[in-house]
Amino acid sequence: MAAEVAIPPQHEIERAHKSRFDRAIGPLLLSPSVILLAIFVYGFIGTTIWISISNWDSAITDWSIADPWWKVYDALFHMTRFQINIRNTIVFTVFMLLFAVGLGLIFAILLDQHIPGNALFRNVFLFPYALSFVVTGVAWRWIFNPETGINVLIDTLGINWVLDKLGMGPFAPKWITDPRVIGDLGSIIPLPDIIKAQIGIPAAMIPVIIAAVWQLSGFAMAMYLSGLAAISDDVREAASLDGASMWQLYRDIIIPLLKPITISCLIILGHVSLKIFDLVYAMSGRGPGYATEVPGIFMFDKTFKVLEYNTGAAASVVMLFMVSLVIVPYLARSMKDV
Amino acid sequence: MDVFRSKKMNRRTVTLGSAAAFAAITLAPGIKLAAQEAEDQLEVFSWWTAGSEAAGLDLLFAAFTAMAPDVEIINAAVAGGAGSNAQAALQTRLAGGDPPDSWQSHLAKELESRYVEPGYCEAIDDLWEEEGWGDVIPEGLAAQSTIGGSKYIIPVGVHRGNVVFFNKQVLADNGVEVAETISIDEFFTIADTLKAAGITALALGSKDGFETPQLFENILASRLGAEAYVGLWDGTTAWDGDEVKAACEDLVKVLGYVNEDHPALTWDGAMSKVMEGTAGFTSMGDWAYGNAVVAGVQDTIGYAAHPGTDGIFISVVDGFVLPVGAPHPNNARTWLKAVGSAEAQIAFAPNKGCIPARTDVDASTLNAYGQWSAADFADSAVVPSNAHGAAAAPKFQAAIGEACVNVLVSLDAASFQMELADAAAAAELGS
Repeated sequence: MAAEVAIPPQHEIERAHKSRFDRAIGPLLLSPSVILLAIFVYGFIGTTIWISISNWDSAITDWSIADPWWKVYDALFHMTRFQINIRNTIVFTVFMLLFAVGLGLIFAILLDQHIPGNALFRNVFLFPYALSFVVTGVAWRWIFNPETGINVLIDTLGINWVLDKLGMGPFAPKWITDPRVIGDLGSIIPLPDIIKAQIGIPAAMIPVIIAAVWQLSGFAMAMYLSGLAAISDDVREAASLDGASMWQLYRDIIIPLLKPITISCLIILGHVSLKIFDLVYAMSGRGPGYATEVPGIFMFDKTFKVLEYNTGAAASVVMLFMVSLVIVPYLARSMKDV
Repeated sequence: MDVFRSKKMNRRTVTLGSAAAFAAITLAPGIKLAAQEAEDQLEVFSWWTAGSEAAGLDLLFAAFTAMAPDVEIINAAVAGGAGSNAQAALQTRLAGGDPPDSWQSHLAKELESRYVEPGYCEAIDDLWEEEGWGDVIPEGLAAQSTIGGSKYIIPVGVHRGNVVFFNKQVLADNGVEVAETISIDEFFTIADTLKAAGITALALGSKDGFETPQLFENILASRLGAEAYVGLWDGTTAWDGDEVKAACEDLVKVLGYVNEDHPALTWDGAMSKVMEGTAGFTSMGDWAYGNAVVAGVQDTIGYAAHPGTDGIFISVVDGFVLPVGAPHPNNARTWLKAVGSAEAQIAFAPNKGCIPARTDVDASTLNAYGQWSAADFADSAVVPSNAHGAAAAPKFQAAIGEACVNVLVSLDAASFQMELADAAAAAELGS
């Protein structure tokens, strides 16, 4: 009796074999991408963090840990230039998101009214998104050059002539060459002593934000159009039967229904904006008095030109941290949904 | 039970994966990609990609081919003004243990801190000896090619950084005459005349970040003279002294005469203003003259040493080096012999818009500017340029660059000098 039990029937042995194979195949198929991810993402993030706390500040590789280990970060956050960089990134991100997502929503709603030429406008708004940031940057640098760009147009249109007749000065902004910082948060609320940069809106950043909004609002529009298409006509019909006005329909029903799209837009554009390099580098570079410099440019400068690898790595880690602040809650949320 | 086991399996796979990844990272530098065994190639890295520069590089290649006809040349040039992007690309290759057979470098500090100190370059004293370069290359350049008693580079072409280019027509229209040399005071008098006529006296482009430091080093040389200027970089001239103070004040004064859109322009945009006649002068290295030649307006463009720097030649010199672990070391040595030869240098110079590093070549094939520059090169004190990396280590150079960015906005000479003095102290010059 006992011997009979000890020998499993043939089909069970087969099943055990099969399921062992089944269990192995998943991880096996996944392993190449897991290994590549481990090396090229997490391995390099780890290496960058290591470099950022090391003494490697010249062309000679030096992996030894700085004393104290946070020395590089301490110096970085005391640097006026880096404080300006962080201020610029925040200003750029907030205003770019506000206008790109806002305009994207408005364009999408307008296009959703089934006006004639719908397809044409959809493409016109989306085209800028197909361009490389470098192309956008160079073109807008020419437009916002105060001596040869848009100011010449303003002058030609006679706007300055009218202003002159009205007894006002000419409208000739200095655009990307303007070193002023608008507003000073430090004069309103007391800031900690460590902050040496003037906390306000750098005037030269405004044209860069305009260029970014020009390029990215089309993306937001495309996202919202797909969101609008997914809203069933039943909802609209039900709302109009209940006597909702157009304004109420959008404010109370459609826009709240588009919330997942809005969040996706903010996340996708937000992390693009926090890491921005090419657009700013091509358009205004560091800007007057670092008015448009962002951490990406700082990192490139410190790592490859000055060869202060640890400072460059620390700036990268700070950028990674800022992006994680945006991405991680989003991931956590989508994990929970699953 | 089944679920638990598969989870465990997953975890083990992940652990194994990470272990493999870690091993790969640690071992990677040790694994050499299969290098070309036969010496049938030569890879040369430079940032000469633009029109006439690329043509000059081709003539250097031709000189090499004459010596080694069967070798295929790989041109690994990376575009970008003053090598800004190329140096980043090269640094990555060197750090990864994948050097080209030879690359372009400026002399002195750039050569030392970027390439010799990390051990990327091999000394070429034997080549200097063999080819007799010591007899034909001027003392100043030979010294800039020497690091720690050994030669590491062969200079190929010499640019001058302290030149002002001016539009003769604009000056004539405003009744200004320019002699062969301009003093600092004369310049400010002319600048006032132009400013009163509504013309930008000095065109500046400050977007790329090297232009303002270059203008400032020209001003430093004008106030300090050659000897004290050189002393700035080895610690024998004080950065908080009166001469530097005068130079800082001059820079701030000069900034009162520049175009307002300078943060949006690079040096060539500034040169265009002079060529178009909307600005009187621009202070720039003599590569700017190449733009006038290409545009066919060289007849209206005059040149002189930067005001007050007559007799000083701030040199921006390109040379080629021999790497440690060159994939094709014999070809690399042949390449250095080729670019060090009189024939190659005289063929190269007119295209690049520079003058040969050798003084034993016939300068008559150069254009009028080149002949003027070559004559000055022979008579002047040849000093290194900081804006182009030869005078100071990258950190000090970058700190001066940052101070220049700040003074463009603050227009405060005193805080500018203080920032410079702090940077000099941090750089521990002369130690």
